[in-house]
Amino acid sequence: MLNGRQHGGVSVTIATSLDDACAALAADPEALVLAGGTDLMVEVNRGSRRVGNVVALNRVPELGAWRRDGGQLRLGAGVTFGEISRPEIASLVPALAQAARTVGSPQIRNAATLGGNIATASPAADSLPVLVALDAVLELCSSTGRREVAVADFVTGVKQTCLLPGELIEAVRVPVLDGPQEFCKVGTRNAMVISVASLALLVDRGSRRIRVGLGSVSPRPLRATEAEEHISQRIDWDDGSRPDEAAVERFADLVAGSATPIDDHRSSARYRSHAVRVLAGRALERVLDEGAAT
Amino acid sequence: MSTDPYLLRVNGTDHRVGDGRPGESLLWVLRERLGFHGSKNACEEGECGSCTVLLDGQTVCSCLVLAESATGCEITTIEGVAGDEGLSDVQQAFIDTGAVQCGFCTPGLIVSIGALLDADPDPDDLTVREAISGNLCRCTGYGRILEAVNVAAAGRRNEGSAA
Repeated sequence: MLNGRQHGGVSVTIATSLDDACAALAADPEALVLAGGTDLMVEVNRGSRRVGNVVALNRVPELGAWRRDGGQLRLGAGVTFGEISRPEIASLVPALAQAARTVGSPQIRNAATLGGNIATASPAADSLPVLVALDAVLELCSSTGRREVAVADFVTGVKQTCLLPGELIEAVRVPVLDGPQEFCKVGTRNAMVISVASLALLVDRGSRRIRVGLGSVSPRPLRATEAEEHISQRIDWDDGSRPDEAAVERFADLVAGSATPIDDHRSSARYRSHAVRVLAGRALERVLDEGAAT
Repeated sequence: MSTDPYLLRVNGTDHRVGDGRPGESLLWVLRERLGFHGSKNACEEGECGSCTVLLDGQTVCSCLVLAESATGCEITTIEGVAGDEGLSDVQQAFIDTGAVQCGFCTPGLIVSIGALLDADPDPDDLTVREAISGNLCRCTGYGRILEAVNVAAAGRRNEGSAA
């Protein structure tokens, strides 16, 4: 541990190992966990978040590591969106890299971490639609042990998670799928944009399934399961022929129908439903153009 | 309530922060406690990029870095961009092309563009636009800033071919 400073009853711990971080959180389960800081420091700067004890994770090497184990990719929670954007990881999870490239700006992506995005659990989080579509599993750790939770179960509501006091996200495990992937996002411009609607569409040739995750159109990240089943049955996985236009239209309708968007300062429910329908059709056309089934 | 003293390594020199308060951003400490006024403070939420510095060689918004968490990192501010021999090539290109109007965004842009050209000395237009997408300029319309990048990049290419 580099620092365990106390000042006026408030300490900043810069953990240099996962054990350090867990021990510091065990000592104060209410401490602020600081990853990239790109969400947390906005609240601190505004004065809307009181700064008590802080456990900083940016110097924990285990959290910044990633590796491929056969058909699985294990990303440490501290891997940044900048790193996910680069070819080494992008070649394994293309849609996650596409989503990473839409996060903030280069400055934000150099700091912001995958684990931070998940733990913040914003409905507009860019990584979450991809992670639910991948059936990602989160490895959680604390001073008393480890457990695993599916990302779909981890997010319990708007900015709400099942993370217990004293727990950290250690890593994220996702499958390396065979087939093209797309991530699409609608916002007000190309950079520095919080999504109005987003969609991840992944082809899983191994299980002959199209997987679809939605963002910003429900309190929690969502799978469009009915749409997935519909379109997966209409792709000829043996000869690679495309589904007909009516089937694609039906797919887009089913995706839009699975969304439960709201009106807020960023957009309207009606526009979000429209946008996610357009994204569904667009993403499907793109993966079909890339030869989804072959 | 003040923090215990901590060290920040800025432009190659250690600086002691002896009177900080909990929750202060790196930008605040650089400007208000250490006297590095080159990094600008505008939005304090990572939107504008006027506070861009290098943290271990990577661009970040210093307003979103908890100052104490940068202990042990190499911090480079706009004050550290010019070398002993004078302005950096990017700084000179900004002057030569007239890429500065009010100047508020300039330090952040120069840090971002320097980092871009260090990583990719011959970026295409899209790469340049992407690299400065986190740096807002409300005066220039970006035309001369993009020209400055091209001038600096051309200079590096010529230097490379002459060497």
